[in-house]
Amino acid sequence: MSPVNYVYLAAVLFTIGAAGVLIRRNAIVVFMCVELMLNAANLTLVAFSRIHGNLDGQIMAFFVMVVAAAEVVVGLAIIVMMYRSRHSASVDDASLMKL
Amino acid sequence: MAVLPAMSAAPGSAGPAVLAATSTSAGETAAFWVLGSVAVLGALGTVLLRRAVHSALCLAGTMVILALFYLANGAYFLGIVQIVVYTGAVMMLFLFVLMLVGVSTADSLKETLKGQRWLAAACGLGLGILLVAGLGQVSVRSFEGLGQANAGGNVPALASLLFTKYVVAFEVVGALLTVAAVGATLLTHRERIEKTKSQREQAEERVRAGKHLPPLPAPGVYARHNAVDRPGLLPDGTPSDLTVSATLRNRGQVREVGPEALHRVAALEQRTADSHGQTEHTGRMYGEPHDPERDVDDADDEGQGGREARKARGDAREEEAAK
Amino acid sequence: MESLIGLLVGFPLLGAAVLLCGGAKLDRSGHWLGVLFSGASFVTGVVLFAGMLGRPTDERALHQHLFSWVPVESFQADVAFQLDQLAMTFVLLITGVGTLIHIYSVGYMEHDVGRRRFFGYLNLFLAAMLLLVLADNYLLLYVGWEGVGLASYLLIGFWQFKPSAAVAAKKAFLVNRVGDAGLAIAIFLMFTTFGTFTFAPVLENATDAGEGMLTAIGLMLLLAACGKSAQVPLQSWLGDAMEGPTPVSALIHAATMVTAGVYLITRSGAIFNGAPDAQTAVVVVGAVTLIFGAIVGCAKDDIKKALAGSTMSQIGYMVLAAGLGPIGYAFAIMHLVTHGFFKAGLFLGAGSVMHGMNDEVDMRKYGGLRKYMPVTFVTFGLGYLAIIGFPGLSGFFSKDQIIEAAFAKGGTQGLILGAVTLIGAAITAYYMTRVMLMTFFGEERWRGQENEPHPHESPKVMTVPMIVLAFGSVFAGGLFKAGESFVHWLEPVTQFEHGHSPFSAAVVTGMTVVALLIGVAGAWLQYGRRPVPSVAPRGSLLTRAARRDLLQDDFNHVALVKPGEYLTRGLVYADNKVVDGAVNGTAAAFGGLSGRTRRVQNGFVRSYAVSMFGGAAVLVAATLLMRAV
Repeated sequence: MSPVNYVYLAAVLFTIGAAGVLIRRNAIVVFMCVELMLNAANLTLVAFSRIHGNLDGQIMAFFVMVVAAAEVVVGLAIIVMMYRSRHSASVDDASLMKL
Repeated sequence: MAVLPAMSAAPGSAGPAVLAATSTSAGETAAFWVLGSVAVLGALGTVLLRRAVHSALCLAGTMVILALFYLANGAYFLGIVQIVVYTGAVMMLFLFVLMLVGVSTADSLKETLKGQRWLAAACGLGLGILLVAGLGQVSVRSFEGLGQANAGGNVPALASLLFTKYVVAFEVVGALLTVAAVGATLLTHRERIEKTKSQREQAEERVRAGKHLPPLPAPGVYARHNAVDRPGLLPDGTPSDLTVSATLRNRGQVREVGPEALHRVAALEQRTADSHGQTEHTGRMYGEPHDPERDVDDADDEGQGGREARKARGDAREEEAAK
Repeated sequence: MESLIGLLVGFPLLGAAVLLCGGAKLDRSGHWLGVLFSGASFVTGVVLFAGMLGRPTDERALHQHLFSWVPVESFQADVAFQLDQLAMTFVLLITGVGTLIHIYSVGYMEHDVGRRRFFGYLNLFLAAMLLLVLADNYLLLYVGWEGVGLASYLLIGFWQFKPSAAVAAKKAFLVNRVGDAGLAIAIFLMFTTFGTFTFAPVLENATDAGEGMLTAIGLMLLLAACGKSAQVPLQSWLGDAMEGPTPVSALIHAATMVTAGVYLITRSGAIFNGAPDAQTAVVVVGAVTLIFGAIVGCAKDDIKKALAGSTMSQIGYMVLAAGLGPIGYAFAIMHLVTHGFFKAGLFLGAGSVMHGMNDEVDMRKYGGLRKYMPVTFVTFGLGYLAIIGFPGLSGFFSKDQIIEAAFAKGGTQGLILGAVTLIGAAITAYYMTRVMLMTFFGEERWRGQENEPHPHESPKVMTVPMIVLAFGSVFAGGLFKAGESFVHWLEPVTQFEHGHSPFSAAVVTGMTVVALLIGVAGAWLQYGRRPVPSVAPRGSLLTRAARRDLLQDDFNHVALVKPGEYLTRGLVYADNKVVDGAVNGTAAAFGGLSGRTRRVQNGFVRSYAVSMFGGAAVLVAATLLMRAV
């Protein structure tokens, strides 16, 4: 088996995560799906790191993890705020930007 | 799990002499197919399960499997970080927020936006096919393996890269984390704009309002489950929503006290009365008729349905009392 | 001497400015101020005339350059005056008759509240008319041309509280615009052809231009003349112009302004000489108008409108004569001057009659007035004899010359023109006799009406100008004829050729007298022998048509006004539906499109996410495609 298979797997996971972002209405689940996409991207980085034989991919994955953590912190804070003011965590309820 | 050390050892054991390999070990292959399937199932579960908690659990599973794949790919540090930081910290943060927001609210999977699902499916399938097709075009006959890079150990190698080549990015990311932490604090912080009321003031306010002078009754009294989301019973056997925390009431997460519990309470009272010779009083009070149609398992009752059932039952009881 | 020329225009212009801007302080004395300025202009004219007579023939023309108006490289427009024999003739006619009519107006307008304004306008007219005849180039002539149009408009509509006067003024203005456009085009053509519009170079080099161009310029000048001189087909305004005060009708719409067309054609003689087709057109217009005006004059019961028809007819004579070329120019101007005298006299007489008859204009309500207004009767009678061409009086000499010149045109054309002029003479005698008989003879039909008028003679200030004009009517013709003095006087400007008539002068005179007698006899049979009904009989078809100005207004209405209205309506419709429709339709289309596109922004973040995701997919596809290629 070639490590490219990991990349295939990552592609599948990424697509599933993206579809989840589009389908789910609960903001927290949407967030989880975003995390899934990020993890899929990390898997490709790690797999490429192995294929190319250097550690730069892993460093990138490391940065992605850190940034994802920061994003989760802020994102969840926003969800809490939203829930406080609207008593709902549905992304469809926050649709005031329409005409 | 036992396969893992062997798997991870496989590229390493090839040694620096072998610069490029053409395939992984059979053990890794097997692990990939088994765990990969599970990871995909977990991802699908994340997307498709109605309850957010289930989604979170599925996602945690997928992440753990990804951690194993990291280890298999020679990213030992990342594998461990994935388990500790992601599965441990981030997913717990998710669950924590879920608890705050309402753990049992299940999403309806019915689509409200017209054509959204079809578009999502089309885009998802299209992108997946494109990605896979794109990957299929690249033929990777061999791969380098990390034997050489990890020769001095994965963590020291990463560290030396991180603190030399990527030191600026590292510092910036650190700053980013700090900013995110401060930002989250700021977002969730509510500035108190008036003085906190003392206990005395709260009591005076209650007296002025003229209701609930005594403390609210405790939940779960005489209910089968001695839990905070079960309402306590009033002397005549009706459940009182007042006994449940206002937060749960607002969320509609109050659970129904099943008729079985009422019967048990009635029986208990009967026995107590028998021993004290006061039968006629309590017998009338707890004479709850058994309604087979309403006899649902209280564990599956949801807040809304349970409340309706309770209301219907309360009505029936009132009618009987009128007779 | 030259410097006096500017004063000719300057005096009345100053008068107009003083009277129109002076305010109510001048209400009491303003009219005499107007007379003073007019008289000053006349005296200046006489001084210049005396000076001119004192110089040899080839040094008589004077030239005064006042200032450069528009000095732009090749476009040099100057304000400069040219006083030659032709202009001198007009100056004397305009200032002389003008001053007499100013004096007459003092009496006629005595009780009018707008008297100061009236005299201001009269002075303005004099200034503009003098500018017209004194200009040494066509552009300055055009200024005067428009100036007299303005003054005419203001004076026809002087009693603007009468809707009929306001409408008549508007009509005169609009019809004149058509002619003015012709003059403007003629000037454009001159400038493109000759590079200048000063008389001297244009007329001297006229033969250099092709005949086609000369014909075009000539026809445009003829159009201008038709507008100003009320010639067919632009004649419809003159009858209505009689809504103005009678002195205005006498000065502007009989003696001076309406002859501007004749002046223009005579002044541009060199152009017409080189364009026989244009000359033919001029002759035809003159001949048609001659008969047309005469027929209209026969049917009108309104004394002023009858005289207006007569004016039209007499100017037709002049235009016909001017169209004959060098054999006719001098006679056209001669008839113009004598006509200025007797027609002004006739109009002033009509005004005097109206003055004594409570402003009644219907001749059927006159009759037997000779006893009550002897002076008016005599002066009017002399004017009458002059216009019908009674042997020995002014009209006889000038008209006889024109008839002779018409025959002298030669060939069939000459015969036809001669016959037309003779018939015209007969009809002139007829309708003028009719006016005379209906007004001064017969029963006193005004008796027994409600508001019975008390006919009385007009004051001296009105009768004296009439008497002076009557002298002119009687003697001017003979004076001019004596020794061909007038022809010789004008010859340096207009050239002169003796026409060779197929008939001898005596025969022509005989025929004229016979025509005159036939006309007078016809009128006497109809109006002298029998009593005149005080209500107009229905009359023949021709009579009824003539009463309606030979259907000219109806023709204009059907041929011009209606199509114009339909065109306007069509254009408005097209503007509303097509132009606005296109504009609004575009706007609506974009609006609708935006409305539809707006729906895409539904506010749901997941919809936006789909867009992003689709975009990402497209990018991936594009990348792969680029790789594949």
